[in-house]
Amino acid sequence: MNNQISRLAVASLVLVIALIVGTTYWQAWAAPGLADRRDNAIKVVAQFTIKRGAIFAADGSVLARNRPKRVNGQTFYYRRYPGRGRFAHPVGYSTQARSRAGIEESRNDYLTGANTNLATLLDTTLNRIRGATIKGNDLMLTLRPRAQKVAMEALAGQCGAAVALEPKTGKVLVMASSPSYDPNLIEKNFKAAQRAHGPCPVAPLLNRASGGLFIPGSTFKIVTAAAALDTGTYTPDSTFNDPGYCVEYGKRVNNYDTSTPFGTINFGQAFQHSVNSAFCEMGKKLGPEKILDYARRFGFYERPPIDLPDGERVPSGLYSKGRPLPRSEERRADPGRLAFGQERMLVTPLQMAMVAGAIANKGVVMKPYLTDRVRKPDKSILVKFKPEELDRAVKPQTAAEISSMMESVVSGGTGTAGAIPSVRVAGKTGTAETGVSGRNTTWFVSFAPVDNPKVAIALVLQNQSGTGGSNSAPLVKQIMEALLRSPSNSKG
Amino acid sequence: MSLVVVGMLVGFGFASVYIARQEVVNSASLSYGLFFLGLYLLAHVIARMTVPDADPYLLPMAGLMTGIGLTEIYRLAETDAFRQGLWIVIGLGAFAATLFLLHDDYRKLESYKYLCGLAAVALLALPALPGIGETVNGARLWVHVGPVHFQPGELAKILLIVFLAGYLREKREVLAQFRLKDLGPLLLIWGAAMGVLVITNDLGGGLLYFGVFLAMLYVATARFSFVVAGLALFVAGAAAVYSLFPRVEERVQIWLDPWSDVYGRGYQAAQSLYSIANGGFGGTGLGKGMYTDADGHQLIPYLNTDFIYSALAQELGLVGICGFLLLYMLFAARGFRIALLAQDGFSKLLAVGLTFAFTLQAFIIIGGIVRLIPLTGITLPFVSYGGSSIVANFVLLAGLLLVSDRANRGLDR
Repeated sequence: MNNQISRLAVASLVLVIALIVGTTYWQAWAAPGLADRRDNAIKVVAQFTIKRGAIFAADGSVLARNRPKRVNGQTFYYRRYPGRGRFAHPVGYSTQARSRAGIEESRNDYLTGANTNLATLLDTTLNRIRGATIKGNDLMLTLRPRAQKVAMEALAGQCGAAVALEPKTGKVLVMASSPSYDPNLIEKNFKAAQRAHGPCPVAPLLNRASGGLFIPGSTFKIVTAAAALDTGTYTPDSTFNDPGYCVEYGKRVNNYDTSTPFGTINFGQAFQHSVNSAFCEMGKKLGPEKILDYARRFGFYERPPIDLPDGERVPSGLYSKGRPLPRSEERRADPGRLAFGQERMLVTPLQMAMVAGAIANKGVVMKPYLTDRVRKPDKSILVKFKPEELDRAVKPQTAAEISSMMESVVSGGTGTAGAIPSVRVAGKTGTAETGVSGRNTTWFVSFAPVDNPKVAIALVLQNQSGTGGSNSAPLVKQIMEALLRSPSNSKG
Repeated sequence: MSLVVVGMLVGFGFASVYIARQEVVNSASLSYGLFFLGLYLLAHVIARMTVPDADPYLLPMAGLMTGIGLTEIYRLAETDAFRQGLWIVIGLGAFAATLFLLHDDYRKLESYKYLCGLAAVALLALPALPGIGETVNGARLWVHVGPVHFQPGELAKILLIVFLAGYLREKREVLAQFRLKDLGPLLLIWGAAMGVLVITNDLGGGLLYFGVFLAMLYVATARFSFVVAGLALFVAGAAAVYSLFPRVEERVQIWLDPWSDVYGRGYQAAQSLYSIANGGFGGTGLGKGMYTDADGHQLIPYLNTDFIYSALAQELGLVGICGFLLLYMLFAARGFRIALLAQDGFSKLLAVGLTFAFTLQAFIIIGGIVRLIPLTGITLPFVSYGGSSIVANFVLLAGLLLVSDRANRGLDR
């Protein structure tokens, strides 16, 4: 029997070796792949044992901090957002129950110390070996709290959004979306967080600034003008005859106000008073492809390259049934209506701020960004983000021409409500009618000071009964004043 | 001497959990270690008295396994650990009782083999009885009498081995001739294993009993063809069961791809793999593994019974868990050595049966967790939380010591 016993012993040995091999496979070979899976409950919880980095505004005020909680001998770090709804959309939230949003999601690697910068990698590995709590990196954002407050208060009770950029760098100074929500409620009371009050109780979790699509109306004339002037098809002195309407496909396309036709006007006047018929003629001559080509130069048709999660930034452009129109169908788009921002054109406030910023920055579009610096737990700077040029949209000459036309809009055109005493302000109004009264989408896009632009703003309001000039421009003025008044608080 | 080392290890384990929990070494952690050291010293003294020539390594190894298990259970759920500690005391009592009762000559059991066989079948059938049988997680394995709940299958395993050792010793020559009429008992036991599987809905148990039976049959007859035929029958039976019983089919599908229904039926299997993977090379350290969410809810169900291996793998890491598996390998090696040294057929078969049952049981549960085979609910010997399992394994240990004592005594003379 001893032979058989020996063989059985060897078989048992093989069984245990198989167990060792099996375990080794899962612990050494497959482990990295498993760690990345979303359904990995252990990793989801493990993220909360990391002392997540704090998030600060440009002036050093705290936007997100940790609140430690000890459970079964382990410390979990929950988030608190002292600004409540004020920074909810750009900062987002980090919860166990509802995952993450905003900067909390897009910069999760930095905040949890999972980024691959050598210094962080070393610290994290050492902490892991020592069994010490892993500390994430802090983020210093470009947001200016005082102006953000002004913007949120201006938008309060409305459905709308505002974005302010620094034209020369692309820094996002204000990102406001209304209605807002309290990120502190997401973990425990998601239903309450989803509730919004007031005349526009719709989708408070949506970041309308970068993820909301709106009809641009006449603000899109900046893009049309860019195409018209930059291609040399028109000059600022080109003249148009305005009968109060434009004929397209044998039908009339009316101006906003058809009662008083302007007669013979030049390009600048057409822009200043936002004359649709003139832009309709321009559109017909340029064709839809040329206009959209210029829109692309400003960043249309791509998700704005801002440091927010993919799902929270959507591309601007022509849409059909909720999807971007295929490029092959673009040449069939209605050029006249496209030229003044109708014809299925949908844009985000962020995109329109980028358009204004590019005009202010001599024709160069800067990449918009929210994260200015990443700071290690020992308070030394790990990364300082540098401004990046995205594209040259128009020649400096064209930018200057459009800039002075936009200044004339504020000084004596449709956007006089955006004027600030002793500051040269440029702007463009937009009023997209939906055919139902009280349902206008009103815009104001602006930058200032014209001679040395420091701020570019786009602001949109939904469900308005007035115009961009009457409803949106005064709010932009408030935000602009707040930003120009406060000195640049961002150090370095 | 090795007992002292084990005692220290258990003490350190508890201290480590304590440190991770309260950031101080509590005197309680040391007293746990001391208590179990004392307990095992007592068991050791009893073993010295009753079976002085027995293998000296088995008891310390079992002690280490229970110590590791107890530490992990303590870390997972304190109240369970106290109950498990109590069961270890009872288990050691059963261990001592077995030694006292049988140390003059355990071979008298051979004459009671049919009684043992009947008792085993009766115990196996017990959970199926209405009134006292209990279905837990779809498997009908439990019996409750008053406040006491136990799994009779664990004790039936040992009685079955005693029966098989006696029966096969008697019939081995006849069986080896491989005549059709002698295959009767084989078919009978195959049928019984399938019956148990069907009645109790317990794949792991069926596989264990049948595997042990085939191994002992092979050792007794030296006919590998029995093993092949037996395995073929088992696979055929299992295939039939697979198509007939949705629970079995479900188990196999989760085995093939736990991610096909990762938030439902595959959740436990997938999360247990995540737990193992989270340990990595060095492990998180005792007491530092991730088993609950921030609200204290357990992430993996049945972590301290069926899935204790995934908990251990996370906290001990690849290095620690390989050491742990080597402990099982060593235990098995000592067991087979006893079988080799034993003088008579009954002793050899008994030692082989007990040792292989121990090894196969560990393989079935760990193999299920690491997806070598479909996952079945069965305890990890000496480690999992569970009274019946602990007591049965201590009886198994006593059996091995008894055989070993006689074998070594024979050598000395």
